[in-house]
Amino acid sequence: MTVIADIALAADARRERHFFLSLSLPALFIVGLAAILPILWIIRQSFLTTGGEYTVGNYEKVLSSGLTWSALVTTVELSFGTLAFCILLGTPLALALASARPRAANLLMAFVMLPLWTSILVRTYGWLVLLRRDGLINAALTGSGLTTEPLPLVYNFTGTLIGMVHYMLPLFLLPVYAAMRDIDANLVRASASMGATLGQTIRTVILPLSAGGIFSGSIIVFIYTIGFFITPAVLGGGKVNPLSIRIERTLSTFQDWGSASVLGILLLVLMALIGVMFLAARRLIAGHKVGTAHA
Amino acid sequence: MLEAYPDNRLARILLWSFCALVMAFLMLPTLVVVPLSFSSSNLLEFPPRAYSLRWYEAFFGSATWMAALRTSLILGTLTAMIAVPLGLLACISMNRLGGKAAVAIQGVLLTPSIVPGILLAIGLFFVLAAQRLVGTLFGVLVGHVVLAIPVACIVLLPALARFDWNQVQAARSLGANWARAIGGIIVPQLQISLLSATLMAFLTSLDESVISIFVASGQNSTLPKLMFLSLRDQIDPTIAAISTLWTVIVVAVVLIVTLRQKS
Repeated sequence: MTVIADIALAADARRERHFFLSLSLPALFIVGLAAILPILWIIRQSFLTTGGEYTVGNYEKVLSSGLTWSALVTTVELSFGTLAFCILLGTPLALALASARPRAANLLMAFVMLPLWTSILVRTYGWLVLLRRDGLINAALTGSGLTTEPLPLVYNFTGTLIGMVHYMLPLFLLPVYAAMRDIDANLVRASASMGATLGQTIRTVILPLSAGGIFSGSIIVFIYTIGFFITPAVLGGGKVNPLSIRIERTLSTFQDWGSASVLGILLLVLMALIGVMFLAARRLIAGHKVGTAHA
Repeated sequence: MLEAYPDNRLARILLWSFCALVMAFLMLPTLVVVPLSFSSSNLLEFPPRAYSLRWYEAFFGSATWMAALRTSLILGTLTAMIAVPLGLLACISMNRLGGKAAVAIQGVLLTPSIVPGILLAIGLFFVLAAQRLVGTLFGVLVGHVVLAIPVACIVLLPALARFDWNQVQAARSLGANWARAIGGIIVPQLQISLLSATLMAFLTSLDESVISIFVASGQNSTLPKLMFLSLRDQIDPTIAAISTLWTVIVVAVVLIVTLRQKS
């Protein structure tokens, strides 16, 4: 009797499992159709001639071009530059927010999140207004006598970097702030009561305990900046050409699908490489921490 | 956290002045656009010498901008209407299955938010071009739905984790079928999260530019696509008016979501 009941129950459980699995099929279908299939298509396209025959010619052409390598360098420079400024500006901001009273911190977070909710095009436009030759910042600089000539702040690498840091800073801040807010205040008090200066406490207690958040923030910065398109296209003024811009140019000017695909795959490879690098660095730091704990 | 150092006033003043500068950096580009949109001049002078609504009139009087606004609003609405139900079903599935199956589903559904937008855009362009669908509303819609699904899931998954499944079991044992259980018990209880997910999906579509730049064209150009082209080619204060309206709308939406979540 019970055996039959068990079998019936197991069949029921299996049926229920299949039913629940089927609920995710529509979403999986659309993502497969519009995200995964296109990526597979890019991979296939990168091995095709314009006539549709298989070739590695696209790779030879793209990898032997100096433009590709300078695009790769620009991409990496923009990403690491953005990350450096995010750490420099975001970490102290997170520290201040984490040590503010909850009400004040919430209010300030709302201000920090304002740009996150504003369209990227609105922000890019705002930077154009601020950074142009006759823009607000140059007017302030020359007006106050700090510089005699307006500075070239936009349509170049500087302008692109400013726009990208502005876009990424709130996204970087979120995980760092979360990590710092979760630090037990007693640890900081203990450190202070043992006679550590503020600098020592920040270096030996606060920063190591928020390293996880800084890592998450850094990975987010990379995921976004590696393929950034709008900001370099507008604020770079044609002079800043990371891989994303080269892809667009290859498609729109030369209609060269094969080369554009190869550039796309380069972007993926770069992302994977940096991802591996980050994981390795995280393991190294974690191992180091365990090592000192034992010593 | 730093209250353990009450004597270190200088450090605190330095830290907070630095933060004020960073906050100014974050807010300035959004705010600078607002006064410009009310300028009466063709030039981007700051502060404007005289004020007018001419750039708002230019926006609302332009057939091209209005067509783009209509396309963007239609796309946003359709995207939210498709992405949120699909996301909800997928989240129920992940919640009930648990374990490796849930991790695998989540992994697939989050791909669009990890892969660079430019790759999704050209990949979708290739696939649509092969089907002669480039420039159609359908093509852009698919691209937007795929970006909105992860957003909807991020909002709904934690909401479902707090949901008491015994209620569904009770309804089921009383004879309700699944459609009825989902529509009658899960949906009403997740109302607030579903509203947030809908607004977020709508905003995701409204703000999406890269896929639209590659895939949308002509009649089906979206507002961000036109804004992008106009920013790249010439700077016209109409953009300031659009930007201001846009920011006001987004801030209103975000305020509604936050206030409803609190209440």
